[in-house]
Amino acid sequence: MAAFTIKVNGKKHQLDVDSDTPILWVLRDHLKLVGTKYGCGIAQCGACTIHLDGNSIRSCSIPISAVGDKEVTTIEGLSENGDHPVQQAWLEHDVPQCGYCQAGQIMNAAAFLDKNPNPSSGEIATAMNGNICRCGTYTRINKAIQTAAKNS
Amino acid sequence: MTLIKTEINRRSFLKVSAAGSAGIMIGFNWLASCTSPGEAISIPEEWFNINAFITIADNGEVTILSPNPEIGQNVKTSMPLIVAEELDVDWGMVKVEQAGLDTDNFRRQLAGGSQSIRQGWQSLRMAGAAARRLLMEAAAKKWQVSIADLSTDKGQITNNKTGDTIGYGEIATEAVSIPIPEEIELKDPKDFKLIGKGVKNVDAPKIVTGQPLFGIDYMEDGATIAMIEHPPAFGMKLKSLDAEEAKAMPGIKDVFTIDTTVGEPQWSDVNAFNELVVITGESTWQVMKAKKKLKILWEQDTPAESSADHAKKLVDAMSQKGEVAREDGNPAKASQSAAKVVDRTFSAPFLAHNTLEPMNFFANVTAEKATLVGPIQTPEYLRKSVSSLLGMAEENITIDMTRMGGGFGRRLYGHFGVEAVAISKKIGGPVKLMYKREDDLTQGTYRPAYRVNYKAALDDSGQLIAFQAKGAGIPGSPLFQDRFPAGTVDNFKVENINIDTNISTGAWRAPRSNFVAGAEQAFLDEVAEAAGKDPIDFRLELFDRALSNPVGDRNDYDAARYAGVLKLVREKSGWDNKPAGVFRGVSAYYCHNSYVAQVVDVVKDGNDLKLQKVWCAVDCGIVVNKEGAINQIEGGIVDGIGHTMYSQVNFNQGAPVQNNFDQYRLIRHTEAPPEIEVFFVENGIDPTGLGEPSLPPIAAAVANAMYQATGKRWYHQPFMLAEQEEMIEVG
Repeated sequence: MAAFTIKVNGKKHQLDVDSDTPILWVLRDHLKLVGTKYGCGIAQCGACTIHLDGNSIRSCSIPISAVGDKEVTTIEGLSENGDHPVQQAWLEHDVPQCGYCQAGQIMNAAAFLDKNPNPSSGEIATAMNGNICRCGTYTRINKAIQTAAKNS
Repeated sequence: MTLIKTEINRRSFLKVSAAGSAGIMIGFNWLASCTSPGEAISIPEEWFNINAFITIADNGEVTILSPNPEIGQNVKTSMPLIVAEELDVDWGMVKVEQAGLDTDNFRRQLAGGSQSIRQGWQSLRMAGAAARRLLMEAAAKKWQVSIADLSTDKGQITNNKTGDTIGYGEIATEAVSIPIPEEIELKDPKDFKLIGKGVKNVDAPKIVTGQPLFGIDYMEDGATIAMIEHPPAFGMKLKSLDAEEAKAMPGIKDVFTIDTTVGEPQWSDVNAFNELVVITGESTWQVMKAKKKLKILWEQDTPAESSADHAKKLVDAMSQKGEVAREDGNPAKASQSAAKVVDRTFSAPFLAHNTLEPMNFFANVTAEKATLVGPIQTPEYLRKSVSSLLGMAEENITIDMTRMGGGFGRRLYGHFGVEAVAISKKIGGPVKLMYKREDDLTQGTYRPAYRVNYKAALDDSGQLIAFQAKGAGIPGSPLFQDRFPAGTVDNFKVENINIDTNISTGAWRAPRSNFVAGAEQAFLDEVAEAAGKDPIDFRLELFDRALSNPVGDRNDYDAARYAGVLKLVREKSGWDNKPAGVFRGVSAYYCHNSYVAQVVDVVKDGNDLKLQKVWCAVDCGIVVNKEGAINQIEGGIVDGIGHTMYSQVNFNQGAPVQNNFDQYRLIRHTEAPPEIEVFFVENGIDPTGLGEPSLPPIAAAVANAMYQATGKRWYHQPFMLAEQEEMIEVG
C-alpha cells in the first residue's frame, strides 16, 4: 500500500492503495465513481475510457502511480450539469441501448473533438474504433458526434 | 374503443390505498430522467397507489413501474409508455421506476424471446385504462355527473358540459376507494397520442452522466468482493486447491470452494461448472491479483472436445440420416427428374454472448432471508433456483433487477446469482460477485455450432419442385420445419441431427434463427440465380404459392405479411433501379412473430468491400416507440453483421481458445454500415417482437451482396475467417 493524492473532476483525493491499482478500480472501488466501466481489463473495449489531462486513456490499464499531478476527468465530471455537447448529442440521437459502453464512448468522443473539432464521418469511425458497443449503436454514435461537432 | 374484461391480472388492480408519505417510495429520485429539462415541478406531499403499475402524486406527477428486466431492448421506456397511453397522461409528467420481482402483481417478468411487448400489451393497456376509469369515476362522483360527460387529456379530467377541469393528482385520493369495474374500455389505436411516435430512453440522462444503474455498480457498505475460478476447460473438474499464497496476498479475506448444484433445477440452470473456487477480499483489484496466485489442480471428468473434432462430427452428420421433422410429397424422387439441383452446405461456429457488463450479482443471505440485486433476465427462475439451493421459501427471497449491460440471452442463465448466494451463505455476510472478462468468456452458455445442407430441385421452367434441408448442431438442429419455404413447394423435407457435447450452450439472440436464416436466405439467392430469376421475384412467387395453394396446414408464417416486407424493401431501396457501382443482396426472415426484409448495398474500395447502406423493412404490427424500435433494428443488424463476419469460439482440448477481446473479435465502429434506414409496415395489428428479428436475415443480405461484388459465395461463418473452415473440410 502507498499513499497517493490524485485530482479527479477538480477535487483532490487522498488514497492509500496498492501502487499498481489501475485508475479504473480506484475510481470504482475507492472513490465510488462507478460511471467508468470495466469491460475487458486489457484496454481492448474502451468501456473504461477517462481523460488524463484531457487525453483519452484506458483506465483499466494505467496504474494510480502513473497519474502524478495530472488531472483525471471521468464521465461524472465531463460537465457540471450533463450538458457537454457530446452528452447532449447522445440524448438528441437517443444513442444508448444497454448503455454500458456509452460513458467510455462519450469520453473518447469528447477528447477526440477537442483535437479535431470538424471531423468527417470516416475520421470519427477511425477515432472511435477502440470503443466496442456490443449493442451495435455505432451508426447513432457517429451521427451524434457529427451533431456535437456542429454544436460545439 | 375496445371493451375488455378486467379479469386478467386482476390482482394487479388490488389497491394499496393512499401511500401517504414518501416512506414506501424508496429510491425515488425526483426531477430525474423523465422530467423535461427546465420544467419545474413542485415536490409532492402525497402519493396514491392506483394499482401495481401506477402511483399518482398530488401534484399530478405519475410514477409508472416497468415490470420487465431491461437489457437494452428499451422496455423500461416502451412498457410504461403503453400504460401512460391508456392512462392518458402527459409523458413529461411520467417518472419510470424499475419494478422488483413481484409475481403477485406482474406476469412474465422476463427478458427473452422478444416477448415483453407482445405478451405485455394487453395487461399494460389495461393497467392504464383501469386507472383512468377510476379517476374519471371519482371525478364524476365529486361533480355529481355521469362519466359519459367527462373526457381526459394529459392527466386532466374535463366536464364537457361545464368546462370544469380537475387534475389526476387532485382526484387521486378519492379514486383509490372506487371499486374496480368489471369491464373497461381501451382506446381505439387511431386515438393513440404517445404510441407510434417516439420518446427518448428514460434512462439516457443517467447513462450519459455515468450515474449508477447497472448491476456492477450496485454495492453495499461492508460487502465483500468475491471472484470465482472455474475449470479452464469443459470436461474438467476440481482436483485440489492450494490457497496458501493467494490467502497471504494483501486485502484477501478467504479462499474456499462452493458447490452450486441446485436440487430442483430450472430450465435456466445451465452450468458446466458447479464446483468452483472462490476468492474473497476487500477490493476488486486485490482479489484480481490474488486470483492469479491460486494453485489449483484440475482433473479430466468427461472427454475433452476440440474444434477439429467438432468440425468432423458436423461434416459426418451431413451424410447420416436424421430424424425427419417434416416430409411433404417425395423430394428424393422429384429431384431425380429435376432440370437442376442446387446442393450447398453452410456452417457457423460457437459464439459467446459477451455482454459488455460481465456477469456479477449482489447477495446477502441470512438465516431468515436472502436479498439479491443484479442483472438477470429471468428473476422468477433465479428465485426458484435460490430457493432450492438454500432450502428457503420463495417468499423470503427478494430479487431486484438492475439495468443490464447487455443480455443477448446470456443472463437467462442465472448461475452467477446462485453463486453469489452460495458465497454469501458461506461467509455469512453480503457479497458482490464479479466475473473477470476471461471468467465470463470461457464459462460457456455459448450459441451452439451448426451445419446445414440444403438441396433444391428446379424444373426446366425454373420452378422449385423440391426442397430438402438437413441440419446438425452441437447440440441441437438449427432448423424449423414449419417455417418458409415449408408450404411453398410440394416436395419438402427437414431432417435434424443432434450432436452431444459437454460444452454448455444456451439461447443466443434469436436462437437457431441467428444461423439458419442466413444459411437459408443465402441458399435461396443461389437457387433463384439457378432458376434465372430475380431473388425478390423468386421469393414472391413462392409466397404466391403459399397464399393460393399452401402445402400442409401447419406452416408457421403469414405469407402475405412476409411478401409485404419484401415488397416494401424493394420499393424503398429502389431495387429495380440499382445505382451504378453498388452491389446488392436481399434477405428476408420471420421469427419472434415479426417479419423483416433487408437489402444491403456494398461498394468496392480498391480491393476491399465496404458496406455502404442497409435498407430494412419491418412488420412488427403497431410500433410502440418508433425511436427505440429503430434503434433495436439497427443494433440487431450491426450485431448480426459482426458475428457473421468476425466472431467465433474455438476449443483446444476442451479449453476455449479465445478468452478476451484481443482474440474474440467483435464488430467495431469502422466495420459497421454508415447508414441504416428502417421502414415499418403500418397495419394496426397488435405489436410483436423487435429485440431479435432484425438480426437473423442480415448474414444472407451481406453474403448475397458480397457475391454480387466478388462472384464468390460465402458458406462458412465467420466469413472473414472462412478459409480456415474450408481447410478443415479439405483436411
